Formats: sequence, structure tokens, C-alpha cells
Amino acid sequence: MSARNRELFALIPAALLVSAGFAAVFLSRDDLLGGLSGTNRVSNVSLTYGAIFLGLCVAAHLVLRVTLRHADPYLFPLCALLASFGLVEIYRIDDGLARLQAQWFVIGLILFAGTIILLRDYRRLERYRYLIAIGGIALLLLPRAFPPVNGAYLSIRIGSLSVQPAEFAKIAMVIFLASYLRDTRQLLVTAGRRVVGVTIPPLKHFGPLLVIWGTSMLLLFYIRDIGSSVMFFGAFLAMIYVATDRLSFVVVGVGIFALGGYLVAGHIGHIADRVDAWRHPFDPKLLQRASGGSYQLAQGLWAQADGGVLGQGFGQAVLRISGNPECVSTVDCSLLPAPHTDFIYAVIVNELGLAGAAGLLGVYLLVVQRGFKIAMLARDSFSKLLATGLTSVFAIQVFVIVGGVTKLIPLTGVTLPFVSYGGSSVLANFVLLALLLLVSDRARRPDTGAGA
Amino acid sequence: MNKPIGRLFAAALLMFGALLVSTSWWTVVRADRLDHDTANHRGVLRALKIRRGLIRADDGTVIARSTRDAEGVYHRSYPTGALFGHPVGYSYAGIGQTELERERNDELTGRTNAITTTVDQLLGHKAEGDDVRTTLDPKAQRIALDEIAQAGRSGAAVALDPRTGAVKVMASTPTYDPNVIKDSKALAAANRDESRKPLVNRALQFGYAPGSTFKVVTSTAAIDTGRFTPQSQVDGKNGVKISGVPLANDFGRSFGTIDLKTALAQSVNTVFAQVGEQLGKATMKRYMERFGFDSKPQLDYPADSMSASVVAPDPPRHAVPPTSKYVDVGRMSIGQGGLEATPLQMAQVAAAVANGGRLMKPHLTDKVVDRDGRTVKTVGAQLQSTVMKPSTAAAVTDMMIAVVQSGTGTKAQIPGTQVAGKTGTAETEFGDKINNVWFIGFAPAENPRIAVAVTVAGVTGFGGDFAAPIARDIMEELLR
Repeated sequence: MSARNRELFALIPAALLVSAGFAAVFLSRDDLLGGLSGTNRVSNVSLTYGAIFLGLCVAAHLVLRVTLRHADPYLFPLCALLASFGLVEIYRIDDGLARLQAQWFVIGLILFAGTIILLRDYRRLERYRYLIAIGGIALLLLPRAFPPVNGAYLSIRIGSLSVQPAEFAKIAMVIFLASYLRDTRQLLVTAGRRVVGVTIPPLKHFGPLLVIWGTSMLLLFYIRDIGSSVMFFGAFLAMIYVATDRLSFVVVGVGIFALGGYLVAGHIGHIADRVDAWRHPFDPKLLQRASGGSYQLAQGLWAQADGGVLGQGFGQAVLRISGNPECVSTVDCSLLPAPHTDFIYAVIVNELGLAGAAGLLGVYLLVVQRGFKIAMLARDSFSKLLATGLTSVFAIQVFVIVGGVTKLIPLTGVTLPFVSYGGSSVLANFVLLALLLLVSDRARRPDTGAGA
Repeated sequence: MNKPIGRLFAAALLMFGALLVSTSWWTVVRADRLDHDTANHRGVLRALKIRRGLIRADDGTVIARSTRDAEGVYHRSYPTGALFGHPVGYSYAGIGQTELERERNDELTGRTNAITTTVDQLLGHKAEGDDVRTTLDPKAQRIALDEIAQAGRSGAAVALDPRTGAVKVMASTPTYDPNVIKDSKALAAANRDESRKPLVNRALQFGYAPGSTFKVVTSTAAIDTGRFTPQSQVDGKNGVKISGVPLANDFGRSFGTIDLKTALAQSVNTVFAQVGEQLGKATMKRYMERFGFDSKPQLDYPADSMSASVVAPDPPRHAVPPTSKYVDVGRMSIGQGGLEATPLQMAQVAAAVANGGRLMKPHLTDKVVDRDGRTVKTVGAQLQSTVMKPSTAAAVTDMMIAVVQSGTGTKAQIPGTQVAGKTGTAETEFGDKINNVWFIGFAPAENPRIAVAVTVAGVTGFGGDFAAPIARDIMEELLR
């Protein structure tokens, strides 16, 4: 079976998941109606959702079939599975949000197809690396011009839309680093002087790396966004490690990041609060604090405990504080704050239990595995570094938010890729996916082909 | 460059493994602890949408029920009002759950069987609570509450089936109505009421000096060790020095040398104080522990709503083991010297003698019944401890019959039924006119079906006059 046919068949589970998920949510909502009419509504609407979703995915698949014949066949279906997972869960939280999210998916798929068609030769990106880097930094600094949300300058509001530029900046940063490290990797390893067994590269080449470190610190201090900061710096370390094969860079990098983080965190109240909340989430004083407390984290952990091994079932978990007539949408008066964005993982664990969580993490791990596989198969350094960077940033993002929600690390708000509600996140991740598929297509193209 | 990429993937594997471990930590290892965290309102919120099961009395009377409002939320109400406020407690979203409502929460909300719940979920069924049928008897409970309230300021009564440990009566006065407590202001007011303490279940939470009723424990230890028989002669003169301080008999009466049986019937303090001194602290401790003293009752009730019966002499003004140097074993043996016993504990003393020395675990739940009427769980007779030999039980029963026939407890007599019992009168710190009075006993003596303990606080008089008639009426109702 050809790669593209495998891809097409692999989309079926995602469509089934959407149908089954919507059916489950409908069932749990309409259990009081009962009767034939109720049952019909369930089957019709959930099947329609499943069919529309499958149709959109097939359309994207056709684009891939025409343009990227050799690309990895599993990556797109895996991401579609994640997206369908998220869509069902968001629908279960609030159907209005799910409609918006579905619209974002349509736009995301258009952007996905556009990226693939316009960037057939993605190596052209190298030419604009500094432009891309400056653009990325500008994107990061942009929210500073707008009022902060929860103490961090994460998003900007344009009308009713909330845009998180960091989601796009992460891709720009990876492209720049891949290109930059492609040029300097040899120099970083060989041209330096050795001091106590550690190669210190010449300052000339070290400089831009310090710029990255500085950007991360700036993110931390100026934008107050620990999550993005960790993501950026983590991806940077992964790429420099692959570029140089020197663990010492990673060790030194982690060291200076930790040092910088320690110095900066002490001066920013809301970061110290996060660490406090992380260490003692069930402390009554922190629980009751109006802002900067541990209420959200504790509610998230309780939601997960409530889920247990098998979960309460799709649509069954307690989400709303009932009996409050002021509550119109679930998001406004959710027991668990931000159930549709940062804490969607806790809602998933609540409803589907450890089993569902393991499945979700498994899908993410498969995406990461495909990503690194693409990096290994890629034939030139830029492609390898690009795939490594994109995959790393994706993996770290999952780790940062799931680790935060499960109290493995202090909580910082980033989205769960493809699952959380959020336009910027959906669009950026579709661009990320498109780039990975572009690299993959070139890497897997038979040698006899033209290439470029 | 492929080697470091491979290592990066290995690192990613480790990181995702860590995520799975931390998720497992909260969903499996710590789940139970988090679910029962008091700040976690998730269970209460979910329970609002589940029809909580009924709580019934032993004759089927509904004690607690849930009704559904237009929004699909259930509300708890208590048709019997204050009658069973203390043993059953309440369950409200705003103020939480207490007593049997709390102890049987899993059954009442249908969380007992995880497998059926999962299957039900797959089938789209809603969780439903099971009904709890208690062992409580409404008529006898009513008699106990009314008569204690008439006799004194406050008090409590517990009646057990000595053969099974089933709690037939658990009455405490003053009472409260759980339907009123629903309002958090009413709850706060009841909590602040220091003079009446209506929320305190005196049957389980208040230790009263058991006074002479404790002589049943001392008699048991004396006879079961073989050191004494009911015919043993002991000097019963007034003012015998116990721990160096002269001890008085009631009315300062001197009895000369009398046997143990007569001494119990006439409740001679000096005799039993000397018996206790001769038995020693270690022996007393052993028998007290067999009866259940010094540890929380094994009742199906929240442990923090029950008190252990202990000896707390002054000094040191806190509970000590009966073997402590602070304990005056002579005075403890007549139910004084800082001894504090709950009515449940004293009812268990009577029940142990009544059941041939075998003390059964007390229980309020008879059975759990599901919506289709199937019995899910039955709480049957379980042995708590073997307190004494059957021969000792027979001998002590014989002595307790004498108390009711010809001694201080004649007001507990039931025509046509042989009653065994023991009176008690403990002076309080409010002066020698205000007493806590007691009666413990069982009937019919030859084949006991009911054991009872009644205490009334703030009475000017004796246990034989005030507590014995209440115990008689409770037993008569329960034997009917």
C-alpha cells in the first residue's frame, strides 16, 4: 500500500473518534429526553460531525497526495486524531466554543495547505533567516503593548479574537536556529579553545547563542511567560545538541538558564506564587487566595483523582458549579478554571481516566517519534535541525503543560497542541505540521527524483 | 547527527514516561486521598445529581429521603424530624454530611460497586443510591427522648439487641431537627448553644461518671478471675479507707460483713471499692478493655463523632490507662475517680452480661437494599470480644436480677418479665443534690433480647427513681 493510501486509511480512527465522542456527549446530555426522537438526533448529529470532520481531513489529504507524495503517512492522521480528541472535549465543555474551534480548524487546514504549496522548497527559508528571527522577536514583544492576562503578556486582543503570538514565534525561532546552526556547527565544535575539557567557541559564534539565551530571559522577565521561555530554550538546547553532539553545551545551557531563571523569578511576584502553589497546592491559605493561589492546580488534581483509572465517561464529569443561575456558559463558572485551554488535560483525565491519558500521551509520543524519524531520514543538516527543532518544541510544549497540570513541574500556561481550544495554537501547529511534512517528503523522496 | 537525535528521542520517552507516572500518581495512588479531601467539593456536587438512597427505621419508617427539584438537583429531608437527628445526622450540599449519612455515603450514593457503575455508564444509566435500613426502632426512640426530657435537663439512652449488637434506640436530649439545621444560620446558632449543646450526641460523645452501674464490671472481674463468688463475704461498713481516704456509702449506711450479691443489690460502695483494690489495676484494666473501655466503639459511625470511655483522674485531668499511678482503683471500681463512660459503653456492659459474656459489635445499619429491592449488604452479628465465661455471666445476671427484685432498681420491674439491672447515681460538680443518674439492664433475664443504658443529667435524686422507669418503658416497648 502506498504511503498516501496508508494515510487515508489511518484517518478513519479519527473520524470514528469524533462520531463516538459526540454520540457519548449527546447521550449524557439527552438522557432525560429518551425516546426515539432523542436517539435519532444523537445518531444523526454525531454522524454528521464525524462526516464533516472526515471530509475536511480527506481534503487536506488530497493536497498532500498531489504535492507531497513521499511524506510521512502517519503524521497527519495522528494530528487529526489529536484534533478530534480536542474537538469532542471542547464540545463537551461548551458547544459554542467547539463551533469556533471547528472554524479554526478549517482556517488551520487552509493555512496548512497554503504552507505546503507555497513552501515546496522550504530551504528558501534559510535566505530570510535574520528577517524571520527579527519577526519572531517582534511577535514576542508585541503583547507587551497590550494589557497583561493573569500577570503575563501572552495574548493580544483584536476585536473578539485573542491571538497568542508566541505560538508563531516558536516556529520562527526554530527556523532561524536551524539555519544558523547549520552554518556554525563545525565552528562551535572545533574552532574554540578547550578549557578544563569544555570547548569554548569563539565569541563571534557564541554571540548569537547568547542572544537566544537573552531572548529567553527577556521572555521570562519582560513578557513574564515561563512556559514559552522554557519551550524556546529547550528547543534551542535540543538543536544545539544535535548540531554539535556535545552534551557540555546542554549542561552549560541548562545551568545559565537556571541561574537566569532564579535571578529573574525572585523579582517577579507571579512566578514566585506559581512555585509556592506548585509546592503546596492543598495549603488552605493558597487555595483560598483570590489570585496567584493554588485553586486552579488543586482543582485540576482533584479532577484527575476523580477520573481514576477509567474516568467518569465522556460527558459525565462534574464541570459546573450547579445551581448558579448566573452561569450561562460552562467556561464562565467552571469548577476548574480554564477547562478548555490550559487544563483540558485534567478534564480529559477526569472523563477518560488514566487509560485515556495514556492513550493521549501515546499519540503525542508517536507524533514525536515520527518527527525525530523525519530528522534522522533528512539528508541535509538544515532539514535535520529544522525537524529536530520543530519536534522538540512540540514535545516540550506537551511536557510543560501536562507536567504542570499533573504537578510534575510548576504550572505555566501553554496550550496542549491540537487539543486545547485556541486559534493561534491550532494555526501555528498546522504550520509546524506542514513544515515537518515538507522535510519528510524531501527526505523520503527516491534518490532518482529531481530534488532541488 | 543521527545519534544525538536518537538520544533526544530517548529523552522524550523518559519525559513522557514521567508524565504518565505523575498522571498515575493522582489518578491511582493518591486518588482516594484527594477524593476525600474536605476542601474538594466534587463528590458533593456530583452527589447532588444522584438520587440519594432512603434511610429507614427497622419498621420501614422513612427517616431520610431525597426529592428532585426542577433543575434536576436532589434535596434531602427528614420526615421524622428530631427523632433520629443524632444517630442519622444530615447530608446537605452547603454544610456537608454527618453521622450515619456520612458513614454510609458510598452506599447511599451508589458508589459501592465500581463494576456495575462502569457498566451502567456504558449503558447510559445514571448512578442511583441504595437504601439503608437501620436497626432503629421509632416507638422506643420516641419513648426514650420524651421521658429523658421529662426527667432531667439532658441525657441519653442506648438500647441494643445483645445477641446481634443491633442498636434499637440511640436517643440524646436535647435534640435537634436536621430539617432546621439545613439553614447555615440555624446550624451556627445550634453550634453556639453552649448551655444545651443540641448537636452533641450524648449517647456517643459525652462521658458521664457511670457511678454504681460500673459495679457490674467490677463484679464480672471479681467472679471471672475466680477470686470471688457471689457468696464471698466482704466488710461493708461505712467509711472504709480507700487509697487512704474514707469512702462513704449512700446515706452513710454501714452494712457489716455481707456477701457480694447483697452488696450489689444494695449498691454498697465500700464493698466494691475493696474488691477493686484486691483485684488490682491490671485485672481491672483487662476486664475494662474486654468490655470496650479505652478505645472507640466499633459502631458503624464516623470515628471522630464518637468518644472512648476512659478514666481521667484529676490530676492529671486527662485520660490515662487504668494502670496509671494517678488512678484510685477503689473509687474507679465504683464508677468514680474520674471514670467517664458513654451510654453506649454502659449499654454494651449490660449486653455482654446478657449475651453469656460474648460482646457483639454494635451496629446501626441493618442492611443495604438497592432500587430493585435486592439486598446488597447485610450487617449481621459480629463478635467484638469474649468478656467472661458463660458461668460468670450467669452469676452476674443472678446478682443483677436481685437488684431489680429487691434492691435499688425495683422501679425497673416489668410485670411478667424478669429484668436484670443496676442503678447508678453519680454526684456532679454542681453539688451533692444534683446528680447524674443511671440505669443499665436487660430483659428477659433468662433469655435476654434487649439491653439498655439510660442516663439523665442534672437530677436531684437516684438512678433507681429516675433512670430505672425510663429503661423499663424502653425495654417494655422493645419486647412487645
